[in-house]
Amino acid sequence: MDIIGHLTTGFGVALTPLNILHALIGCLLGTLIGVLPGIGPVATIAMLLPTTYSLEPVSALIMLAGIYYGAQYGGSTTAILVNMPGETSSVVTCLDGYQMARKGQAGAALSTAALGSFFAGCVATVFVAGFSPPLSALALKFGPAEYFSLMVLGLIGSVVLAHGSLMKAIAMIILGLLLGIVGTDVNSGVQRFDFGIPELSDGLGITGVAMGLFGFAEIIINLESTEKRELVARKVRGLLPTWAQVKAAAPAVLRGTGIGSILGILPGGGAMLSSFAAYALEKKISKTPQEFGKGAIQGVAAPESANNAGAQTSFIPLLTLGIPENAVMAMMVGAMTIHNIQPGPQVITSNPQLFWGLIASMWVGNAMLVILNLPMIGMWIRLLTTPYRLLYPAILLFCSIGVYTVNNTSFDVMQTALFGVLGVLFVKLEMEPAPLLLGFVLGPMMEENLRRALLLSRGDPFVLFQRPISAGLLIAAALLIVVITLPNIRRTREEAFVEEV
Amino acid sequence: MASIRHPKDFWSGVLFVAIGAFALVYGSKYTLGTAARMGPGYFPRILGILLVVLGGIILIRGLRTEGPAVPRWKLRPTLLVIGGVIAFGYLVQWLGIALSTVLLIVVASAASHEFRLKEAIISGVLLAALASLVFIVGLGVQLPIWPFQH
Repeated sequence: MDIIGHLTTGFGVALTPLNILHALIGCLLGTLIGVLPGIGPVATIAMLLPTTYSLEPVSALIMLAGIYYGAQYGGSTTAILVNMPGETSSVVTCLDGYQMARKGQAGAALSTAALGSFFAGCVATVFVAGFSPPLSALALKFGPAEYFSLMVLGLIGSVVLAHGSLMKAIAMIILGLLLGIVGTDVNSGVQRFDFGIPELSDGLGITGVAMGLFGFAEIIINLESTEKRELVARKVRGLLPTWAQVKAAAPAVLRGTGIGSILGILPGGGAMLSSFAAYALEKKISKTPQEFGKGAIQGVAAPESANNAGAQTSFIPLLTLGIPENAVMAMMVGAMTIHNIQPGPQVITSNPQLFWGLIASMWVGNAMLVILNLPMIGMWIRLLTTPYRLLYPAILLFCSIGVYTVNNTSFDVMQTALFGVLGVLFVKLEMEPAPLLLGFVLGPMMEENLRRALLLSRGDPFVLFQRPISAGLLIAAALLIVVITLPNIRRTREEAFVEEV
Repeated sequence: MASIRHPKDFWSGVLFVAIGAFALVYGSKYTLGTAARMGPGYFPRILGILLVVLGGIILIRGLRTEGPAVPRWKLRPTLLVIGGVIAFGYLVQWLGIALSTVLLIVVASAASHEFRLKEAIISGVLLAALASLVFIVGLGVQLPIWPFQH
């Protein structure tokens, strides 16, 4: 009853012509970058943040959210047709999707992926709507100690997906926190680590940091390799799967949706973790595991449903707790801050139009993606054949103009360029930038909550362990570290990343 | 003298220690305060110490475990891409978006091993027209299109 009332409000917001248009722009852009390898949702959102200044906050968030789940659709298209994942969350889809395409079943694979994603999107929307109110009610009871511990858990969670060394990923978080506190200290008014540069008094801009580390660095790394990309796109005939395929795919879609919805909420979760987990489960419970990797439709249906569900439910911690759990959500925090919305449990009550409008727009966006994308597959594939040597200078140009217009200063462009160099260094030394970005976003919040918690406890740090919820969150974070370092898990984690390369 | 057996770990450890130490030294001028009344220097101090300690462990591990070499850094793409972007950032307010775009596109395109000058110029001119239309005319960005217009 209540959910229906809320969703009605939401659809009232999401279905205004202007917001439909923004959802459409977001979905199209998301699909585009999902199709194009070498540019991901983080860099794209960074690129578009400046253009959202003049928009209503709801429209801005609707568009940016569309980029994230739109990218899941686009990523699967290239995975199936050319065996090249446009996004990391579509890596496993290559395994069986491309094999299906080689057998002439590309159409069936594409429509299974799209319809599975759509189903998952619908379920996840309801999931977000049902889960968010109780969670934000709970979060309203959180004091600074609980918040601090929650951020610790969130940050540690982001490490689960980091490549390679756990220690390095944690050090990257710390480095991110340190970069996050550059600028004016809200309590004392002291300028910290500003090196006397006036532009730094507001801190480092998230657009520049993200665009440099994720966008520029990626382009430079791509340019260093001289190998040619060969693209042989296959003709797509007959979009509809056979009845037998539908019967095989349906339960996989259900399981993928379930896994994705749950893993999306967990710290460190999101689209990528969900797709890996869903594929692994299908292979494990299948009566014919030998079929996997040779064109099993379940191997397409499950991970594609899971990554879409995960992409959407990863908004839950952001919208209810104010904690981003992956790099894309960190960008959403940046977007909300730009529009003077402090992410956290109060959003749902102080800004119900925005909250429910955003959720409803996810359903609208998913519907558009199915309707638009199946007929447009040919066009996306043709775009994919655009040579990289023409593509990347254009990306650089739009990034540069975007960063410049944030504050109309050359300094911001310079800062982005320097983070680009730093990003290349990080790649060379295998240092993961995603935990850094999360730390960067959470830095000021974490300091503030630690300060308040210790003020209330008169300087006793054990307050973090004495309050039950806070202690529970810290224990969960500690357990997470133990679990990641267990030899067995570590091996699977490494294998997962080997497959990705 | 121990030798560097895992260069990637070793050098990232060095980087972490250096940044952490820098934060401690540079941040020492901020008031520390007490735990109950944290000054602006308190949180950075904690982070600096953590970074030095973690970096130190990673550095030492780089001496003890085996690992692959750091891949060679080809300077041409980095210099041209970053140089082109910085030049764009500083020149755009004087040269206008049209000429700076052509300049950025040509310089950045030269970073690719498939660089063709003629193609880069054509693409630069087309993108300059597109950028002027979308950003200046469409979105109303406060930048001149042609040199010395403001």
